[in-house]
Amino acid sequence: MPTVMDADRIGRTLTRISHEIVERNRGVEDLVLIGIRTRGDHLARRLARSLRDIAGHDIPTGALDITLYRDDLMRQAVGPRAIVRKTEIPFSIDGRKILLVDDVLYSGRTIRAALDALIDFGRPKNIQLIVLVDRGHRELPIKADYVGKNLPTSLEESVQVYLEESDGRDEVVLQQGGAA
Amino acid sequence: MTALTALRRKDLLAIADLSPEEISLILDTAEAMKEVGERPIKKVPALRGKTVVNLFYEPSTRTRTSFEIAEKRLSADTLNIAVASSSVVKGETLADTALNLEAMNPDMIVLRHSSSGACHLLSRICKSAIVNAGDGMHEHPTQALLDAFTIRERKKKLKGLKVAIIGDLLHSRVLRSNIQLLTKMGSEVWVCGPPTLMPAGIAQFGVQATSVIDEAIADADVVMLLRIQLERMEGAYFPSLREYFSVFGMTEARLKQAKSDVIIMHPGPMNRGVEIASEVADGPYSVILDQVANGVAVRMAVLYLLAGGANDEAAA
Repeated sequence: MPTVMDADRIGRTLTRISHEIVERNRGVEDLVLIGIRTRGDHLARRLARSLRDIAGHDIPTGALDITLYRDDLMRQAVGPRAIVRKTEIPFSIDGRKILLVDDVLYSGRTIRAALDALIDFGRPKNIQLIVLVDRGHRELPIKADYVGKNLPTSLEESVQVYLEESDGRDEVVLQQGGAA
Repeated sequence: MTALTALRRKDLLAIADLSPEEISLILDTAEAMKEVGERPIKKVPALRGKTVVNLFYEPSTRTRTSFEIAEKRLSADTLNIAVASSSVVKGETLADTALNLEAMNPDMIVLRHSSSGACHLLSRICKSAIVNAGDGMHEHPTQALLDAFTIRERKKKLKGLKVAIIGDLLHSRVLRSNIQLLTKMGSEVWVCGPPTLMPAGIAQFGVQATSVIDEAIADADVVMLLRIQLERMEGAYFPSLREYFSVFGMTEARLKQAKSDVIIMHPGPMNRGVEIASEVADGPYSVILDQVANGVAVRMAVLYLLAGGANDEAAA
């Protein structure tokens, strides 16, 4: 199981992305962070801390559960299906610039579901996508605006992101076999 | 992770069939569903293309409306059949009505019927998922689930709470479902009512039974009143409604014996001045309208989880 990112690298990457966000948006005005549950949520909260350090004020941060918007919801056999968790967006997204955060970008279907879900909450000015790892193999025309690491993979491999908040350690691992 | 993530069953017929893990899964899922109902656009595409038939053989406003809103918030196509306007009045049996409906290929049937066991009958003859919305004097599982959700929301737990259920115990399907659910989840359940309305052998369900209301209310965390179901009573169970109120009616004075943060529940419809005084029903301890609000979220959770369960069978 080769480690592709260790804790230091993940930390530096998030700091770098935070600077890119501030540069590209010329500050942090009107920005909100929304993480896709569960690991995108943790990453969004870390980016919020990092942006506060850089720009000096708090960015509203929410969490989005996309389970009810999945396109395979009623197609897959039940098996290890995700539990529906609570979406928490305690602020209006109308006219705001949304920074949508996920851990791994793969087929793009999760992001498609997240976009549909967000549109039900209001009409943002724009939506920018942040991912820690882009492993390729897109099935939909979706592209990330900020990428932690581009990681060429084969379909037989899987990318697993472990984060302190949910897994007790920070690490990105490339595994042979299995789906993720 | 061994946590349960789906209901591995086709139907929801009775709380008696559910494990504590399944009950927790439904309640956890309902928390996410509650948030959907608080959004500006109260709709998610989870059950898009699924057809749900609400087949109601008994009058119901709350339960039928609640199911219908739940179905619509999940994007299911809903069809309401009220018996007064259906071929039942022309003499069609329940089984024939169900088979005819099933010929049109719905995914789920929500059934309310005056006969205990009606849902089990449909479960055996139908491919569709059957959801029990109350069958006779047997069970009303979604009511017990929404009651548990409301208790958990206020008390943050079910285990160890003293829950007093007071009223017409004999005719109540809400009682049967609640006893099953609360004892499975570790609550201490007291039931109280006139001896004439006390079901024989109720103690074997693991509850404390009494006809002394003060015993039931003492230090209770939750007081749940049950409606006096005059429409199901064929004999004289107590001398008069006024006498019932004076002995078993929930008044502010009586309530003082419960814990200071007690919550008052009622599955509705209420008979004010019979089982509950108006000042209690509208008072600060009452969560009766929360129960109604939570009913939608809990029914969304049940429909969503069963839709997955039916699919599991098809794929297996």
